[in-house]
Amino acid sequence: MKLKTLVMAACTTAIVAGPAAADLVFPSLDYRTGPYAANGIPFADGYADYFTLLNQRDGGIGGVEARVLQCETGYNTERGVECYESTKGEGALVYQPLSTGITYQLIPKATADDIPIHSMGYGRTSAANGEVFSHVFNYPANYWQAASGIILDILDRNDGNLEGKKIALVYHNSAYGREPIRTLQELGTQHGFELIELAVDHPGQEQRSQWLQVRRDRPDYVIMWGWGVMNQVAIQEAVNIRYPMDNFYGVWWSGSENDVLPAGEGADGYRSVTFHSVGDDYPIFDDIQEHVVDAGLASGAGDQIGTVLYNRGMYAAMLAAEAARTAQDIHGVAEITPAMMRDGMEALEMTEERMTELGLPGFGPEFSVSCQNHGGPGESAIAEWDYDTQAWSIVTEYRAPDMGVIQPLIDEDSAAYAAENDLPMTRCPAEDEMMMSVEDILAEMRTIGLRLDELADMLEAAQ
Amino acid sequence: MFYREAGDYKTSYVDDSQTFPIALDRRIYMAAAVLAFLVVPFVMTDYLVNAIMMPFLIFAIAALGLNILTGYCGQVSLGTGGFMAVGAYSTYKLMTAFPDLNIFFIVILSGIITAGVGVLFGLPSLRIKGFYLAVATLAAQFFLVWMFNKVGWFYNYSASGQISAPERTVLGQAVTGANAAPWVSYLFCLVFVFALAWLTRNLTRGRIGRSWMAIRDMDIAAEIIGVNPLRTKLSAFAISSFYIGISGSLFFAVYLGAAEVGEAFGIQKSFLVLFMIIIGGLGSIFGSFAGAAFMVLLPVILKLFFADFIGWPTDLVAHLNFIIVGGLIVFFLIVEPHGLAALWRTIKEKLRLWPFPH
Repeated sequence: MKLKTLVMAACTTAIVAGPAAADLVFPSLDYRTGPYAANGIPFADGYADYFTLLNQRDGGIGGVEARVLQCETGYNTERGVECYESTKGEGALVYQPLSTGITYQLIPKATADDIPIHSMGYGRTSAANGEVFSHVFNYPANYWQAASGIILDILDRNDGNLEGKKIALVYHNSAYGREPIRTLQELGTQHGFELIELAVDHPGQEQRSQWLQVRRDRPDYVIMWGWGVMNQVAIQEAVNIRYPMDNFYGVWWSGSENDVLPAGEGADGYRSVTFHSVGDDYPIFDDIQEHVVDAGLASGAGDQIGTVLYNRGMYAAMLAAEAARTAQDIHGVAEITPAMMRDGMEALEMTEERMTELGLPGFGPEFSVSCQNHGGPGESAIAEWDYDTQAWSIVTEYRAPDMGVIQPLIDEDSAAYAAENDLPMTRCPAEDEMMMSVEDILAEMRTIGLRLDELADMLEAAQ
Repeated sequence: MFYREAGDYKTSYVDDSQTFPIALDRRIYMAAAVLAFLVVPFVMTDYLVNAIMMPFLIFAIAALGLNILTGYCGQVSLGTGGFMAVGAYSTYKLMTAFPDLNIFFIVILSGIITAGVGVLFGLPSLRIKGFYLAVATLAAQFFLVWMFNKVGWFYNYSASGQISAPERTVLGQAVTGANAAPWVSYLFCLVFVFALAWLTRNLTRGRIGRSWMAIRDMDIAAEIIGVNPLRTKLSAFAISSFYIGISGSLFFAVYLGAAEVGEAFGIQKSFLVLFMIIIGGLGSIFGSFAGAAFMVLLPVILKLFFADFIGWPTDLVAHLNFIIVGGLIVFFLIVEPHGLAALWRTIKEKLRLWPFPH
């Protein structure tokens, strides 16, 4: 029974390796290897560096140190599950798997384990419906809002008329890439454009035939839903067939420096939708330089700071830290549990004032999360790549998505999930109900700056 | 000293043809079964089940299935991933179409459906052999994955093309879905592994297994002595696909809970299972288990040791993992080309003589 011994050895290692220190654990299911590493590395670096900054500069969150648990998934769902199982026992507060496939896998598991998931700008779009998905959040924006954001920009450039236009969608043939199709089809019937769907199989290195089709069909616009090596190849192929770059749009996962640099000058003018700002012109980067980079604590090679995906990883970490802070305020404890973290995420409010305090003025749109709406407003802007300055810049305002199209789709898909899994459709208390839920009372107390123990004292005094 | 027939008298034909004729062997396997069924479930944690035991058990079934086809019948197949997908999608369709049907029967039905598909793709084996057959099964792999991606009916037209397993119970205990207790999913898989391993053992000792091996060793000679190649090859394809279908079904419903065909059942799964039987040993039941354990456990143990215990960077460990696993595969193939099973056989031979080797 050699196997059993091995298993027991592995088991003991796992037990020995898990220290029970009092800290806030943020697992980072990242990938620094494989065909998606080029995009996975900057995000993971940004995520880790932000928590390092908090620990170094402020001594953690609310006085408790944050600990980032890295686990390599390679963008593979089975390894993602292994990572989830191996980290959840350490008190993981929130999972951000950075993979739509892994998110799908974790939604039921994490909900059963009472641990929240934050799939920022990816994952299951209909998780925006908090009535059904109690533990899944995808604020501040989701795929369908991205699709709408791109179409809004195309509408703007065509005076609001897309009648008879052809738009091609080049997508990663996976749950991730297929997410926007329904919305784009819906928008297509509404605005009268024809949608051409071109699937690219994992990992996306071979796209000759898809771009041949683009050359043949001559779509007016091409939208890309790619990730990893697929992005670089698609942009290179578009350059090869001389497709006009300003008519080529990427989702926010297809719009980083790694994606456009290999194509060189040809990629100039490539556009991508985004839900946060770009560049390193924010006060927080001085702090990162001082407390993280100069202290030699930068994650990875430390060469990604200020890139699009680094910023996104940092933004994800910032939202997680803010949610943890909110949870600490609500429950009046510094060492929060995953369940408390969930409450914090549900009560999260990002204001311009708070972002300025954090050194990120105007970095993203203001938003607030509620029990019903786990998705946020979904405002997005368009960024454009400039080859000469080697930088992305935001070229439009943040625009609200066409929720008239998206909300029915969200309701439909989340209702299907609820039916499949026998979940209640109305988890949240109705707004006009007289009885306040515990969460509402807590949120109310938080706004007037009251702590639980203070309330108890008051009640005692009143008696 | 060990594994000796001496003194182990058989007084009836039933005794003589039992599954494990050597008394010591029999006792060891019985002890292992008792341990696996009655002791292990009590020490199961979420992590042990979800990261180690379930993939091991499920891949052991797949390896058994492929071993029947490739190891015993000599037909090379690269379609394992595709056949696992057939099992998974049958399970999904059956689960959603018949919510009241017990998951136990759904898994078996999925195996039967996969057996049918396997026979269909096994037909070319009657005309082509060796590498050419491997290419034909490769076509099955790509065709099946393409089909499950393309035809919306298979995934109930869900927006993302993902299939996810709703909660189903056996004897009141949730087996699939997020609320399944680790020991329940473990036992559910173990029952299948135990039954199928026993079945394989007896199939391969009997007429069917012997005709498979005859075809494997020399098909023309086998035909001359009266082995029907059509029936033999297709039965190997059917039974092998039945096993692989069951493993695909369990892989999706019990282990993953949600799957996407391109990622979960791609060509790399076919290769993974093929590596398992090559490393474990072609034409050996023990080899199927050893190979599955090797391929499933080694990466996890390496990760636990280097990343969690020593604390090296995760990307370094991931690269190191490739190097070590790849290196070990090459090492084993050079040192023991017949797999871990042959190593075990040598040990057994030595043990028979020990401590007096002359």
